[in-house]
Amino acid sequence: MGLVARALTRGAADAVDRRYSVASAARRQASHVFPKHHSFFWGEIALYSFVVLVLSGTYLALYFVPDTTEVVYTGPYAPLQGLFVSRAYDSALSLSFEVRAGLFVRQLHHWAALLFVAAMILHMARNFFTGAFRRPRELTWLGGVALLAIGIFEGYLGYSMLDDLLSGLGVRIFSGLLLSVPVVGTWLHWLVFGGEFFGDIWISRFFIAHVLVLPGLLVALIAVHVGLVWYQKHTQFPGPGAREDTVVGERALPGFASRTVANGVCVLAVLGLLAGVFQINPVFLWGPYTPTQVSTYIQPDFYAGFLIGGLRLWPRWEFHLGDHTVAAPFWVGLVLPLLMFALLALYPWLERLRTGDHAPHQVLQRPRDDATRTGIGAMGLVFWGILFASGATDVLASTFDVPFEYLVWAGRIGLLVLPPLAFVVVRGVCRGLQRSDRDALEHGVHTGVLQEGPDGVYVELRRPPGGADRAGRPVPLRYGGSRIDRRPDTGADQTEEQR
Amino acid sequence: MSTPREPTGHELERMSRSELVELGGSLDGVQVVSDEPAHGSDTPDRERRSRRLVTLLLVLSLLCAAGFVWAYLFWPTGYVPPGAPGHTAYLLYTPLIGLTFFGAVGALGVALVVYVRRFYPDEVAVQHLERGPSPEKDRFTAAATFAEAGAHTGFGRRTMIRRLGLTGFGVIGIMGGLVAVGGLVRNPWRQGTDAALWTTGWKPTGDEPVFLRVAAGDPREIVKVRPEDLEPASILTVVPFRESERDDVEKNHDAEMAPDNPVVLIRLPAGTHVTNPPGREDLHHGDYYAFSKVCTHLGCPAALYDTQLQVILCPCHQSEFRITEGARPVFGPAARPLPQLPITVDADGYFVARSDFLDPVGPSFWEMRRGSR
Repeated sequence: MGLVARALTRGAADAVDRRYSVASAARRQASHVFPKHHSFFWGEIALYSFVVLVLSGTYLALYFVPDTTEVVYTGPYAPLQGLFVSRAYDSALSLSFEVRAGLFVRQLHHWAALLFVAAMILHMARNFFTGAFRRPRELTWLGGVALLAIGIFEGYLGYSMLDDLLSGLGVRIFSGLLLSVPVVGTWLHWLVFGGEFFGDIWISRFFIAHVLVLPGLLVALIAVHVGLVWYQKHTQFPGPGAREDTVVGERALPGFASRTVANGVCVLAVLGLLAGVFQINPVFLWGPYTPTQVSTYIQPDFYAGFLIGGLRLWPRWEFHLGDHTVAAPFWVGLVLPLLMFALLALYPWLERLRTGDHAPHQVLQRPRDDATRTGIGAMGLVFWGILFASGATDVLASTFDVPFEYLVWAGRIGLLVLPPLAFVVVRGVCRGLQRSDRDALEHGVHTGVLQEGPDGVYVELRRPPGGADRAGRPVPLRYGGSRIDRRPDTGADQTEEQR
Repeated sequence: MSTPREPTGHELERMSRSELVELGGSLDGVQVVSDEPAHGSDTPDRERRSRRLVTLLLVLSLLCAAGFVWAYLFWPTGYVPPGAPGHTAYLLYTPLIGLTFFGAVGALGVALVVYVRRFYPDEVAVQHLERGPSPEKDRFTAAATFAEAGAHTGFGRRTMIRRLGLTGFGVIGIMGGLVAVGGLVRNPWRQGTDAALWTTGWKPTGDEPVFLRVAAGDPREIVKVRPEDLEPASILTVVPFRESERDDVEKNHDAEMAPDNPVVLIRLPAGTHVTNPPGREDLHHGDYYAFSKVCTHLGCPAALYDTQLQVILCPCHQSEFRITEGARPVFGPAARPLPQLPITVDADGYFVARSDFLDPVGPSFWEMRRGSR
């Protein structure tokens, strides 16, 4: 650093500290220790995707016209010229064809939304399977579940506003789900749409929810979420020195800060590549929404796939209470997703009922070390996965040339049979891995070396990971929760186990 | 954690940087256990190679950034249709700025990663965690402070005032909610038997016939339908049309855009065996059947016609409706048949609707049963 720069920095720091006396707080934050592990990056990727979403979304809002009023399209895109389109759709076309890099930013926004939700799901899976949600981090988990739910709804609102033929079906489905609510359904629909579907106010309402209400909630929740992680310190995997009352890693400055900035820059780069080279949601190919037309292979964004899958699998169980009707899609379109998110949100407390573990935890678990939890997680993922796959029955049916009715039945049966099966299998695998770990610690690691005994019997040499005592007996090691060094040629002094 | 004695200003000035960092760490409960020099710079040769790699990446990033700015500013961006000169250049615009953006930002990101990995010391620091509840001293004093604040307010003693006050705040909250939601509430049943959910654009006004018009996507194009316009085993999407509105572009556009108007007119192959539901025997005209195109599951257009099985399929959630049995749902999530539109042919040979649908159109709702005739 040059002399001038150094003097300026010193002067600025001095000026700030004289006014706000922040030296000790600044020092404390700079030496905040953050554990290092590649799986801790998922949350950061979600965070940086969100930053990209806010910036690109602000740019898009400068061009987007949230208006249902219909105009005749007169822009340069020949296939749609002369068609009646809403001003919303018209502005999306003009952004795509007439604004420099407009299409690039639109696709950047869409890809960032997909990455945002995908990274949240992976981040949540990591936290689930390692037990990071346990005391004292229940609130952080709860905030994360809310972020995922709001993030999915936010994405849905975003692509719906464009008023194209594909997303219009999603709006129609939303309208049908509102109508399906018992007792108040029609009133609810009139409240949201201002009348019968689709009315002339819905785009303005979706827009204000998409650019103000939900992003405001997301920003607030993210601030609390990240603030809690920082304040309570990040959890860590078992390892040398990593105890319940320590954090082992690197300090915020310069290591952690540099790595996280690099991560953010790389996220932006990958999103830019996707936005430029991989077409996403080409609304000009779908055409404007009209209730008389429909395309085949109706597929929403991936995060809504489980919802459409549920709607496809649920049987036509409509029943009547006297003169009144309880519509079938209510149960699977509204109750099921609410139930899924409620279970997810309550999981830390449900697990506490199961384990009776009220102790605070700083050290994470390997998924195998809580076989039941990992089994439950696998069960949930399989349930979600079947719903997701069933959302694509039409695509799968034509790709593999199978009648889609078979796929629907496979999904219905699979949804009941496979999740419990996944639970049993995964729990069994976890328990097997636990036994294998204990075996390695008690009897030593397999070396693959055979030795002839005095009686002529060949036995495999086992290397005790804790080394041997003077009498040649293996020193027993207690399982410390971290990976056991299974390399046959490593000396005992290099294992990561704690005595 | 605790320092034995506050160092004086004079002592602090004479301490080295590492001594100061260690002192700071001890104040924050942070101890640097190891900071091995990075492997990328531990020999002059490695230092040179690492430096070359990072420099190369940074230069690449700058070159791509220049390319991005150039492409953004000077590459032709206007839409050019396929076949016209310049179409390829137009197609390349977005990928070009995407790739240069990726090069500029990506190379910078990778340069940063490489720099940190090769040049930063390999640090292991341990921070002591202050866990669990606050010290007793803080808990007792905090509790006492709040208790005293509560006692000073006197709300505990003056129960009447407390209850009235809390009720006041609650009422203000309810007022806010009322104003926020109240304006949004609309009565779906205000028009009684003419309520939107009971009627569609097919409902006759006076004696004027309602024709079946081809939904062409263009309100200026008026094509009425006659029986001979359809081949056997074919399907046509139609919307309502009135002669008095022939030149009203807006009305005809609205007729196509009203979500409960679309109807599929189907001509079954001659001799197809049909079982009409009771009370619905005479709604068709010969082999011609007209059903609402709005799926009774969640409202998507049920548009795919299987000419072999005489089944209509909705592409959203794959409900199947058998045309030969009053469009009864035979597979998938829809629970109600597609409502049938009563049709006939007028003196000039054009299809007309004889009345509105006899059953409510679209997704099911709570009050549904009151709507069937």
